Amino acid sequence: MNRRLRRRLLSGAFIAATALAAVLVLLPLVLILFDLVARGASSLNLEFFIRNPRAPGQPGGGVANAIVGTLIIVGTAAAIGLPLGIGAGVYLAEFGHGKMGWLVRFVADVLNGTPSIVIGVFVWTWMVRPMGHFSALAGAVALAVLMIPMVTRTTEEIVRLVPGALREAALALGYPRWRAALSVVVRTAWPGIVTGALVGVARIAGETAPLLFTALGNLNFKTDLLEPMQTLSLQIYVYATGPFAEWHRLAWGAALVLMMMVLVLGLLARYVSRTRFSGGR
Amino acid sequence: MSGTVRLAAPAGSPEVRQAESGKGAIEIQGFDFWYGRNHVLHDITASVPPRAITAFIGPSGCGKSTLLRSINRMNDLVPDARHTGDIEVFGRSVYAPGTDLVELRRRVGMVFQRPNPFPKSIFDNVAYGPRINGLCPANELPARVEKALRQAALWEEVRDRLHQPGTSLSGGQQQRLCIARALANDPEILLLDEPCSALDPIATQRIEELLVELKEQYTIVIVTHNLQQAARIADYTAFLYLGTLIEFAPSHDLFTRPRDPRTEAYITGRFG
Repeated sequence: MNRRLRRRLLSGAFIAATALAAVLVLLPLVLILFDLVARGASSLNLEFFIRNPRAPGQPGGGVANAIVGTLIIVGTAAAIGLPLGIGAGVYLAEFGHGKMGWLVRFVADVLNGTPSIVIGVFVWTWMVRPMGHFSALAGAVALAVLMIPMVTRTTEEIVRLVPGALREAALALGYPRWRAALSVVVRTAWPGIVTGALVGVARIAGETAPLLFTALGNLNFKTDLLEPMQTLSLQIYVYATGPFAEWHRLAWGAALVLMMMVLVLGLLARYVSRTRFSGGR
Repeated sequence: MSGTVRLAAPAGSPEVRQAESGKGAIEIQGFDFWYGRNHVLHDITASVPPRAITAFIGPSGCGKSTLLRSINRMNDLVPDARHTGDIEVFGRSVYAPGTDLVELRRRVGMVFQRPNPFPKSIFDNVAYGPRINGLCPANELPARVEKALRQAALWEEVRDRLHQPGTSLSGGQQQRLCIARALANDPEILLLDEPCSALDPIATQRIEELLVELKEQYTIVIVTHNLQQAARIADYTAFLYLGTLIEFAPSHDLFTRPRDPRTEAYITGRFG
């Protein structure tokens, strides 16, 4: 009787502890979202989305340049980083058993832990300085460098989850090794890989530090990759630390928009991952 | 090793005459195999007759799956695996340099312990082999898929849902789908690695009936833990113990008059 009571108490205590942890994890997110909506929602009107910033101190204006800039820079970063990251991940999972695999894995882990501002400085040294000017391209490269190790490792983990039996089945049908890897293993893992890629993109979409020395920011509407370009994160950084109330208002609005973009990517990732291994075409 | 016993063929069935007339479909010659330092197969010599079912039996870890997987070189993928001796399939060494692995695995189909359909439609599962091996033009693919599914006795159950995922079938159906997938490749030999161990008795019976039908056209080698299964369907049975081939004989002889005391001990359930 005593023992049963003790078990029930222990069980209850652990359930309570895990529930508390879950609530504590959720709390900051809920608070941030609530705060953002409360302070930023009022700034969101048509002008906010289609106008560029006005001169300092003047009322009105929007962040159209930053929204488009974010899309361009993050899109370019994804175009550079995803193929490399996914390719390296598949290599690690399928062929990376030797020294080369160990080396790639080690480098990816170190890069994963590198502060993003260091990557910004690195790209400044090797791209901005030789080119002589800041550019959106340099910003995209910095973000890609940040994203590659993340995508590599998640891709590797996902591809490893594909049952070895499927690989064997393809090989037993006469598939060469590389083709079995691509057409069966990667295809099976594809929803998971896409999820990992979307999470990686969401993760870099809000990065500011690597862009400070590379994309720099721009008050004007730019679409040229070789010119400095504004992003939402840079805009928030400048406006939130600026002296004008109007800037603060725009910063809250920009933060809300950025958060929504990341949220949409997250939901998309969730949706895609639900289809994992479910088969069909 | 003295334990290797050549097939002593009593006169009679056509399979046996065929085996006597020439070499077996699969000739295993002095085959040794290691995983790293682990010596798992010792000097195996055996001749697997064509168009018959041959069963490999023995306790877990005796090397029967390793031997089976050596025939179509699935062990190539295992790091640190090495072998000595040779295996010939229809007179051609599978380990000779320059062996076309793709062609070897097309001719020697394999079915695994757990059903492993690709996460694709039933049709695509069966069409996979012919597609990669370029066995027929695209417009003949449906006919080929149907034929393979009929051979695997699955056609009637899936004809109306060829485009549903293969993973939506029951376990027994999935295993027959895997057999159809192997047959669509037009193999000459079918290797089965405990194909019924994940199936219920009724699904098992269907697979067994199917294999007995298929032996008219194919050389079948099956690894099984189930002695009754070997006795029921296999024309020949090889008993392996601790990596050594103890006895290889027509099933009837092996199960009723085993020559080696170890075989007798195993089939009467004294160990294993």
